[in-house]
Amino acid sequence: MKTFAELHFPGRLIAVEGLDGSGKSTQIYLLKRWLEAEGIKVYFSEWNSSELVKSATSKGKKRELLTPTTFSLIHATDFADRYERHLVPLLRAGYIVLCDRYVFTAFARDVTRGCPPDWVRGNYSFAAAPDLTMFFKADLEVSLNRILEGRPKLKFFEAGMDMRLSTDPYESFKIFQGRILEQYMAMSKEFKFVTVEANSNVEKQQIIVRKLVSERIDLKKFKRRSPLPLPPSIAPDNREPKEDPEGDKGV
Amino acid sequence: MKKSHRFYGHGIPRVEPDDLGGKLIVVEGADGSGRSTQIVELVNWLETSGRPTVQVGLKRSTLVSEELERAQHGNVLSRTTLALFYATDFADQVENIIIPALKAGFIVLADRYIYTLMARDMVRGMNEKWLKNLYGIAPIPDAVFYLSVEPEELVQRNLAKNATLDYWESGLDIGLSRDVFDSFLKYQSAMGDAFRHLQKTYKFEIINANRPVNSVNKELRRKISAVLDE
Repeated sequence: MKTFAELHFPGRLIAVEGLDGSGKSTQIYLLKRWLEAEGIKVYFSEWNSSELVKSATSKGKKRELLTPTTFSLIHATDFADRYERHLVPLLRAGYIVLCDRYVFTAFARDVTRGCPPDWVRGNYSFAAAPDLTMFFKADLEVSLNRILEGRPKLKFFEAGMDMRLSTDPYESFKIFQGRILEQYMAMSKEFKFVTVEANSNVEKQQIIVRKLVSERIDLKKFKRRSPLPLPPSIAPDNREPKEDPEGDKGV
Repeated sequence: MKKSHRFYGHGIPRVEPDDLGGKLIVVEGADGSGRSTQIVELVNWLETSGRPTVQVGLKRSTLVSEELERAQHGNVLSRTTLALFYATDFADQVENIIIPALKAGFIVLADRYIYTLMARDMVRGMNEKWLKNLYGIAPIPDAVFYLSVEPEELVQRNLAKNATLDYWESGLDIGLSRDVFDSFLKYQSAMGDAFRHLQKTYKFEIINANRPVNSVNKELRRKISAVLDE
């Protein structure tokens, strides 16, 4: 698996991986805010978010129609759609692309659900490797507490209820997450995960994340040449000055 | 009747191929090859002779058929996405229709199978090895019949039926030609090549379907009878 840099893409892809509740989404969001403020061309993409595929996925989940095989394939479809329509063109245009979860999520989850590892990896083999993969490693208990405290109702597939690990969703979730963590740990070396200790303070983690990113990627190469155009609603030509001539100095 | 099936590759988690009895029979062929007509005839024949028969086909899954239809209308999916979307549709039918039916000892008659999907994707430049891995979830059929019709004859049949040529069956998405007529001929001949290539690996039977419906049907019945008696 070659990285985008090795494939001579002008852009770079940074992925975060980890269990639900490891704090990775917060960290990548803060990273995005920082890069934007630095004037860098940045795009954020989230697992399972392709508009085209979403309605099928949510129907499958709601009606509990998904098996390990179709669960895997529908997420691969979602990923392929984002990969081909967004990630690849943006990386060719020299963007820094931030991914909240990448193919490793599928490698961990689908294999935990019983799909053969070769089959899953083969299906995703069209995707290049991230230039940096940060793995947020929180203790299982810490992740579980973060999820179980804030959101007491667990969804069927999220809790791994399809695997019949336990009739109690909380118990099932714990076993399922534990197994996913094992899968992540087993592939950590192979895919060069950079581990971020995710038990610690959020702000400290962000300092580490920003340091890692600036060490690995020469960020000044990814700056926009000109400032972003203003959205039409606040562009000077479209403003209606009559109503409140003093009111929008801040724009 | 032989009491087990195998998969092309890894198969499906939690499905024992030894539990799969019944018979899986596939009819492949382009639109206009007479495929649908033959299938109607075959179902009639099988059911009247007392054999429980279930039908499957492309884009018929509960899970994604509507979404797939909608996405294709806008023609917004790129090739890997389309390939995986179709594979999802196929997998859903394998698990919810084909496997339960085979377990129950039914005959499953498939109106197209992975070969059409693979051929379409190959014509669009997808890697064959990748496709073989993807479709390792498919049970190996007991018989596959490919109804082969010359592209020139397909044009005539499609126009006689619909007075127009279908966007996808003409391969207009790949830009072989701006002209629908030329594009259809080029695309169908590329599909024919892809099928002949796949035939070497998957050993399906090529049936000359340039002939009248009745004589094709007689040949199919004879060959299917032999398979059912195995």
